[in-house]
Amino acid sequence: MKVRVRFAKLGKIRWTSHRDVARMWERAFRREQLPLAYSEGFSPRPKVSFGLALPTGHESLAEYLDLELAAGTSQIDLEASSGRNSLAARLSAALPVGVDVLAIAPLETPSPSLQEDVSSCTWRLAAVPGDGCAAVASEEMAVRAAGLLAAPRAMVARSRKGVEVIDDVRPGIINLRVIGAVGADPAEGVWLEAELGTRPRGLRPSELLGALGPDLAEAHVRRLHQWISRDGARWEPLGLDVTTAATDAPHALERAS
Amino acid sequence: MAPGSVVGEMTSVWSQIEPILGRVTKPARYIGCEDGAQSPLHSPGLAAWLLLYPDAYEIGLPNQGLQILYEILNEREDAIAERSYAPWVDMEAEMRARRIPLFSVESHTPAGEFDLLAFNLSAELVYTNVLNCIDLAGVPVRATERGPEHPLVVAGGHCTFNPEPLADFVDLFVIGDGEEPVGPISEAVAAWKAAGRTPGSRQRLLRDLASQPGVYVPSMYDVEYDGQRLVAVTPKYPNVPEKVEKRTIADLGAWPYPRRQLVPMTEVVHDRLNVEIFRGCTRGCRFCQAGMITRPVRERPAEQVRQMVSDGLARTGYDEVSLTSLSSADFSGIESVVSGIIDDPTCAGQVGVSLPSLRVDAFTVGIASEIQKVRRTGLTFAPEGGTWRMRQVINKLIREEDLYGAVESAFSQGWRRVKLYFLTGLPTETDEDTLGIAELARNCVSVGRQHGKGASVTASVGGFVPKPQTPFQWFGQDTPAELMRKVNLLRDATRKDRGVQMRWHDPKASLAEGIASRGDRRIGAVIEEVWRRGGTFQEWSEHFDLNLWTEAMASHGLSPDWYVHRHRTEDEVLPWAHISAGLHDDFLWQEWLDALAAAGTPDCRWTPCYDCGACTGYGIEHVVASPTPPAGGSQGTGQDLAAGGRRGLALAGAVPVTFGKRPEGDR
Repeated sequence: MKVRVRFAKLGKIRWTSHRDVARMWERAFRREQLPLAYSEGFSPRPKVSFGLALPTGHESLAEYLDLELAAGTSQIDLEASSGRNSLAARLSAALPVGVDVLAIAPLETPSPSLQEDVSSCTWRLAAVPGDGCAAVASEEMAVRAAGLLAAPRAMVARSRKGVEVIDDVRPGIINLRVIGAVGADPAEGVWLEAELGTRPRGLRPSELLGALGPDLAEAHVRRLHQWISRDGARWEPLGLDVTTAATDAPHALERAS
Repeated sequence: MAPGSVVGEMTSVWSQIEPILGRVTKPARYIGCEDGAQSPLHSPGLAAWLLLYPDAYEIGLPNQGLQILYEILNEREDAIAERSYAPWVDMEAEMRARRIPLFSVESHTPAGEFDLLAFNLSAELVYTNVLNCIDLAGVPVRATERGPEHPLVVAGGHCTFNPEPLADFVDLFVIGDGEEPVGPISEAVAAWKAAGRTPGSRQRLLRDLASQPGVYVPSMYDVEYDGQRLVAVTPKYPNVPEKVEKRTIADLGAWPYPRRQLVPMTEVVHDRLNVEIFRGCTRGCRFCQAGMITRPVRERPAEQVRQMVSDGLARTGYDEVSLTSLSSADFSGIESVVSGIIDDPTCAGQVGVSLPSLRVDAFTVGIASEIQKVRRTGLTFAPEGGTWRMRQVINKLIREEDLYGAVESAFSQGWRRVKLYFLTGLPTETDEDTLGIAELARNCVSVGRQHGKGASVTASVGGFVPKPQTPFQWFGQDTPAELMRKVNLLRDATRKDRGVQMRWHDPKASLAEGIASRGDRRIGAVIEEVWRRGGTFQEWSEHFDLNLWTEAMASHGLSPDWYVHRHRTEDEVLPWAHISAGLHDDFLWQEWLDALAAAGTPDCRWTPCYDCGACTGYGIEHVVASPTPPAGGSQGTGQDLAAGGRRGLALAGAVPVTFGKRPEGDR
């Protein structure tokens, strides 16, 4: 049986890398003695595949992994998963503070891998003044955002495997909203919410800021959603409303630090 | 310093650290969050220890000594402990630019708010990092400049068996096993703290602590020189001991720590469950400081090992356990412990076991094949010397047939790569001995080629640095030029050998290590100057700079030849003479003479006691479950050592040798 898990990464633990998170999960699976299916061959590995990497330091309410349980393990009742003994709660307990399971559901087979399927992500972030730069007020930010959305192209220098290249990032900016000032002090920045494409190469929130001006830096970046789009429709790999109200850790939705 | 948020009694600098984590490499080094991390409450009545490993987080986090004390201290009623590690250079720059002090990884409390900064000293090249950490804590680096408002700077670990190079910077050293002495120190410091750390109280506290067994307070001693020569290190006061004896726990079974090994959230070295199966080693390798200063052998009861492994795996979720010690195949009944882990149904056949420091013989490889059923990548042996004569000198009594038997066993059981560790620059070493390394490696490839064309052997060569409290403490270390010449001999000798890869350590680093290892108090100024000129992370080749060391030596009028390359004499007062690992001076000297005569000394676990002093002096004994040496045990137990230098006939020919059948009687 294949199972899809949606989890959060919040607070101090966001400073761990994508690979670190994979290792946390492997330990949690072993601690919970989850009967995972293993690959064949010389060096068997558990059949677990992670979705899009989250840049180190960014938070998320929408991380995903798919796992395959060993044949004949239907006794794991995903439906009866509310409460303290649910699989979601047990895994959350075996994972570090800040990494919490938000939803678990069986996966219809066959389905494309997460990395193939997801085409965009919604991010919330604060645009703060870059080193030595003046603060940008939210009104000014709204003007810049409108200008960017109206522009046919947006050339930004990005680093690709250590080499600086100039790319047009405009096609990757699917949506952009200016939410408002973070605090009374303009230096605290302006909240933005943006939907950014993942193909052909994922657009990072910092690259979006590059298109909004050289005087901006990112802070408090959090991935809110990943989206699968097909035939004009858009949905999440695993929504929070459709399954198992999977967390009894409401703090997971708050910043844990 | 900008004020942080106040939690209880203490300050947290997390809000200052968080904005800079996006700018530094591996930010997870600074967040704590390990499984097993504790968040003890600071209070005016509790001695607050900050346990520091003065190297990068990924090197320091797994250190078992630090983790043992972390738990023992936090279990005490009068103490709490948090941890810290040396911030990497990029983080240090950010911290200094913003005046953020060194902090604990648990509560991000500034280091200066603790009562004790306790360093683990596992290697000499970290000494400059010790000074850097003290300075980042906002504490004067020199002990004499500290006042009642400053924490005590403490150090423990193997390097403290010569504490003198750090004597100017450390308030007190703990010599030997730390489990017991941290108790009385906590008591005294908690009382000092409760009494308000009044002016003058720091000196009284240190003087009291100086009389505690195993504690060395360098400021309570006078050092007298005659020109270059050290004359004496003598106590200033009557209750201060002339000689500080190391502490030794008699029964490892009474200390089942760590009970909750820390599981880091980011990649570190030795990222697995570690269970210490015994402490101490009496194989008697004469170059090995660990084997000399940790005597006698104290095995953990096998049942306790099994319990710690099974509890530890269940708790941590690791799929690998390392049974640690200085020579793990020597543990009594190691096969049944290993098979017990492998066959444990709760482990479901998914758990790997590793045994560091494998003894070199076929029997040991048999155990290794039992435990590495899945991933057979590489196997490591440490013959250390290239010829039988050389191995007699260093008392690592591995016969060539043992090595070839081990290698044969490894390649025949599916390993494709064998790594061999050697030292060069050993006492009495000739070019023939050095070149013996190439020959051994080549012969091992020949053995392996019988089992597959891909067989390869890596020979890793390190420059020997003589260590205090060993029989080689009197030996004049080779110069970097001489070490490099020997490395080049080996490179030339193996250049045409497919299958033999040569690796070597930077001989320049061996010189700096030599300065720090056997230096006296005058070396403190050198360490300080290297640090002031930016020489941190000297363990890391990308940061190591020998010029900093030689220039600092020169500017203080000190000679590397005198400190490092000169043979010392029996009547010379060694800088560490007032620190005792329990070993009689005449035992060490006799071992040195035996080394020069290439005469071996057997392992006293299974042969009569030769009274080195480690047991008799402290009224303790070996704790070893088996009265007989392990089956097939090499290195001088139950073997005919007279034949140790004999070469197998088939191996004596020109290279590369491809031979079919092993001659009769070769084994």
